[in-house]
Amino acid sequence: MSKNILVKAIDVTKNYGQFCALDKVSLEVTRGEVCCIIGPSGSGKSTFLRCINLLERMDGGGIWVNDELVGYRREGNNLHQISDAQISYQRRRIGMVFQRFNLFPHMTALENVIEGPVHVLGEPIKEAQERGKTLLERVGLADKANQYPSELSGGQQQRVAIARAMGMRPDLILFDEPTSALDPELVAEVLDVMKDLAASGMTMIVVTHELGFARSVANTVAFMEAGKIVETGLASEVLSDPKSARTAEFIKAVHS
Amino acid sequence: MMTAITQVSSAADQQQYAIAHLKLVPKRHIGRMIAAAVVLALLAALIRAFSVGQIEWSYVAQFLFAPAILAGLYNTLVMTVAAMAVGIVLGVVIAIMRISGNPVLSSIAVGYVWVFRGAPALLQLMLWFNLALIFPTMGIPGLFEFRTVDIMTPFVAAVLGLGISQGAYTSEVVRSGLLSVDSGQYEAARTIGMTQMKMLRRIVLPQAMRVMVPPIGNEVIGMVKLTSLASVIQYSEILHNAQIIYFANTRVLELLLVASFWYLFVVSVLSVGQHYIERYFGRGSKSIRSAM
Repeated sequence: MSKNILVKAIDVTKNYGQFCALDKVSLEVTRGEVCCIIGPSGSGKSTFLRCINLLERMDGGGIWVNDELVGYRREGNNLHQISDAQISYQRRRIGMVFQRFNLFPHMTALENVIEGPVHVLGEPIKEAQERGKTLLERVGLADKANQYPSELSGGQQQRVAIARAMGMRPDLILFDEPTSALDPELVAEVLDVMKDLAASGMTMIVVTHELGFARSVANTVAFMEAGKIVETGLASEVLSDPKSARTAEFIKAVHS
Repeated sequence: MMTAITQVSSAADQQQYAIAHLKLVPKRHIGRMIAAAVVLALLAALIRAFSVGQIEWSYVAQFLFAPAILAGLYNTLVMTVAAMAVGIVLGVVIAIMRISGNPVLSSIAVGYVWVFRGAPALLQLMLWFNLALIFPTMGIPGLFEFRTVDIMTPFVAAVLGLGISQGAYTSEVVRSGLLSVDSGQYEAARTIGMTQMKMLRRIVLPQAMRVMVPPIGNEVIGMVKLTSLASVIQYSEILHNAQIIYFANTRVLELLLVASFWYLFVVSVLSVGQHYIERYFGRGSKSIRSAM
């Protein structure tokens, strides 16, 4: 595998009973790339994203992050499921930002950010606090460090969530519809933080309905429907000049 | 109608709607006043009945702070703490086993709750106390061995009996607490690389506490009174000591009143403590903060 490829998914399949949520999805994301996954609801975008950090188990295929197969260990012709502790270890390098923020409500913004560094990575608390404050400053919330999530707006909570993901010094951050639960006027502040993050060279896979964001920030776009990747390519090409009629129809519908 | 509102109303109409200067007369709660008067009258009658009844209040005063009663109170508190500690530890372990998804562990948890919630606490106490009848000695062959009667003192039997049966109830409280935490919290904890145990300890249990504290507070209060069962197996808690005194001086009701006073006192103190604990675990929650 090329040194530059950070995420490589091959033929990822996932079934819920009879329903095929993911049908042989393959995707490559290079280091420093921003990849947006777009598509209608129920097309499997979020499910695919959640397979990358094993919040969902796939039924077939494989995903490599940093050349390491996630969730399994290969021995000869067998794939063995790795232990829960090993899965936790793999997840350290893969950050995630959720649609509903999922901040820890019993901790302040700063405590949310340093929870992983201190209690998972074992950083000294003073050092983690310093770094946590820097991260909160970077997302524009230096003055909210000691506020609880319930005292913050949706946009502020999502920015704390991004800082929390960055706190783990990940190779990759997954965004699962990060602006879908926000009031329209708060979307921009979150997208700005994400733009800044992209500019700093972070590898990002973003499931989103924000085609404007995809157009201005994403390097590549993948369009999914019914559990398949219908079209993938450079953002400018897929969004402006889609090859598939279905992609064109979707983009037109979202813009109208 | 809509058009009528926009028209200039007549002078008579304006008269009718000009009420800003009128005096507000609050609603009179006649029913409440009558009820309060009746309750006060009944209370007075009750107090009178007790004061003219065959109670020697001097005995109540004399024994309220008697060393045997205070020692009994101390033992009651020790037993409450010990049995509740066993109950909470077992409750947490059993609840985690129950939701673990491991069929062996969850079957054990279901079986435990079934057995120890099914038998009366008093009966369980007596079973532990009389364990020597079926197992005269216990231990690991070749390593160590002891006579069961030496180990199974009233204290140990009561802690085991009360704690283990309490664990069955507490596990259900803990389980409902764990289920009350949003699944997004479990996912967020996993994505920052937490292991199962760390996730439970750092993220899930602290949030579950908010739901668990009120019922566990009730259980602690219940346990204060449940320890009186240990009087049956000769553990010298407060009721047992009161009984020993009234067997000697025949002042039955006076000593029962002494014991009731102390139970009520302890329960009142605990209720106040519960309020503060709830406030602590409610931190970060808007509804509780604004209520403070």
